[in-house]
Amino acid sequence: MAFEGLADRLQETLRKIRGKGKVTEADVKEMMREVRLALLEADVNFKVVRDFVNRVKERAVGQEVLKSLTPGQQVIKVVNEELTALMGGENAKLAVSQRPPTVIMMVGLQGAGKTTTTGKLAKYLQKQNRNPLLVAADIYRPAAIKQLEVLGERLNVPVFSLGDKESPVEIAKKAIEQAKEQHNDYVLIDTAGRLHIDETLMGELNQIKEAVNPEEILLVVDAMTGQDAVNVAQSFNDQLDITGVILTKLDGDTRGGAALSVKAVTGQPIKFVGMGEKLEALEPFHPDRMASRILGMGDVLTLIEKA
Amino acid sequence: SKTRDSFADKINDLLSRYRKVDEEFFEELEEVLIQADVGVQTVLDLVDDLKMEAKRQKIEDSEALKPLIIEKFVELLQPSAENQELNVQDGSLTVILFVGVNGVGKTTTIGKMAHMFKQQGKKVLLAAGDTFRAGAIEQLEIWGERAGVDVIKHHAGSDPAAVVYDAIQAARKREIDVLLCDTAGRLQNKVNLMQELNKIYRVIQREIPEAPHETLLVLDATTGQNALSQAKTFNEATGISGIVLTKLDGTAKGGIVIAIRNELGIPVKYVGLGEKLDDLQPFDVEQYVYALFSELFEEREQQPAE
Ligand SMILES: Nc1nc2c(ncn2[C@@H]2O[C@H](COP(=O)(O)OP(=O)(O)OP(=O)(O)O)[C@@H](O)[C@H]2O)c(=O)[nH]1
Ligand SMILES: Nc1nc2c(ncn2[C@@H]2O[C@H](COP(=O)(O)OP(=O)(O)OP(=O)(O)O)[C@@H](O)[C@H]2O)c(=O)[nH]1
Ligand SMILES: [Mg+2]
Ligand SMILES: [Mg+2]
Repeated sequence: MAFEGLADRLQETLRKIRGKGKVTEADVKEMMREVRLALLEADVNFKVVRDFVNRVKERAVGQEVLKSLTPGQQVIKVVNEELTALMGGENAKLAVSQRPPTVIMMVGLQGAGKTTTTGKLAKYLQKQNRNPLLVAADIYRPAAIKQLEVLGERLNVPVFSLGDKESPVEIAKKAIEQAKEQHNDYVLIDTAGRLHIDETLMGELNQIKEAVNPEEILLVVDAMTGQDAVNVAQSFNDQLDITGVILTKLDGDTRGGAALSVKAVTGQPIKFVGMGEKLEALEPFHPDRMASRILGMGDVLTLIEKA
Repeated sequence: SKTRDSFADKINDLLSRYRKVDEEFFEELEEVLIQADVGVQTVLDLVDDLKMEAKRQKIEDSEALKPLIIEKFVELLQPSAENQELNVQDGSLTVILFVGVNGVGKTTTIGKMAHMFKQQGKKVLLAAGDTFRAGAIEQLEIWGERAGVDVIKHHAGSDPAAVVYDAIQAARKREIDVLLCDTAGRLQNKVNLMQELNKIYRVIQREIPEAPHETLLVLDATTGQNALSQAKTFNEATGISGIVLTKLDGTAKGGIVIAIRNELGIPVKYVGLGEKLDDLQPFDVEQYVYALFSELFEEREQQPAE
């Protein structure tokens, strides 16, 4: 069934193999088919899956799996290691500018969670005794400014806004001036959601970037995103050189394969994950946990650890 | 019909670029569908079906496979006539409830649909049933202004079921034709939030036994396999009568609606194609299926014939 984990699938494959007493290259190929399916069902992009499976196959057909007594677990181990490595080390730090304020731009598709995450980051910085300024640079979405203002109020963090008549570039520039005057050490710019193929609006982000020279451009990605995640991430990265990714809505039951796709095409670290609608629901990213989640297993890993 | 013909023509054209029905052909078909987020299992089943059928009928030429493919996909998605239309009452109040996970486009779709009904000469009212998210009520009010319809609201943080109850009373008093109820976005695995939604549903039913006349699940076309789980769980909580597939103006295809249709029988009724008032259209199966294959089509065009 659709949500069956990789472990079960491999178990099934192995049952067929077991009678033969010896694992062959063809058996490994059969197992790789299951790995491919598991990743596709987790929404990892099919091209990313193809590359990944080829790499794992090489390792598996090399000594490791063929000679092992528990080939199924061995495959899972190799897959898991490769997956974890691909998703990079733990990296929950935000950049710091030598000359404050440190400017951070939040970008992404409509509804990904930018505004909420801007609030969450403000809370995170507050806890580290930082003094952030939030900037309402979404002049398009109805009540976007209001939304950010409500979050600022809840946190008791200042929100810079010039209404929806000034351009986002002007708003960002003037916000930096105010931050300097009022000694805010971080400036978090909330931008409007936009499609990666919208040339005008992507151009606007570039203008903001040029005007305020941000330390970080964080791409906010919905963890439920499907195959299109690679197009989105590639496109934002090509046009803006993003510095990191925040994966939202991981409190759902999605497997979150988009994490792998985004990481694979941008090479940039996933810095945080969103785990709820509340402002404290922001956590550092753990590549190993994400790997097990994408594969749809957890218990198997402890099993391997014990073995 | 005319659209049917032109759609068939396009598929014809597409398939005539292939000469042989071989493993490579099926692989490419599989990839096109997976890339469009059609459920993995659905894709495998579909392609297996087609393979078997090709074998059984000894089809070696893709020309001959055409009718099969067309039939399969259109049949999969084609809603029955009575299913495609919104269930709008004549001369009495119609209540439409909007549900879905966070950020998919519920509030925006309500704004667009209010505009659509207004243009049909109907009296429309909105219920600000998202009392949770920051700025949600204000957002709906702006859409109300744009569409020129009133909004019934309470304070932020109040009970959404009470808002909807009040809105029904107001709708009766004002002899409203269509009441559109917004709800807060919620992930389907949040049991308490799904119960809250069920409570809203029951309040509506208590007031008007045959309502909600439509419960529309709003799905973001960018969403992958999780949309199937969304459809299942929301369907259990409120009984989904149709889907609005939003953000189709992007590059995502939203192919998971095929799996949803296949497994749950829920039809897509409308699609969202942007952020403006008139960016809402009835779902057109032929157009949609063609868009699914457009990439395969383009790729082939660039390759010289063998
Ligand atoms: N469950 C959950 N919901 C989230 C999370 N992050 C954001 N949301 C919700 O997702 C929805 C959209 O969030 P926003 O912050 O408005 O998204 P946005 O990217 O600013 O949207 P636009 O400005 O319209 O592009 C809201 O309902 C949020 O409460 C998360 O980590 N978990
Ligand atoms: N490009 C595009 N954007 C859309 C479409 N529909 C909605 N949006 C955008 O998606 C974002 C989220 O839309 P909302 O209507 O706030 O979504 P929601 O489901 O009400 O969100 P929550 O109430 O936070 O759960 C906004 O930026 C909308 O402008 C669409 O069809 N195309
Ligand atoms: Mg926003
Ligand atoms: Mg809403």
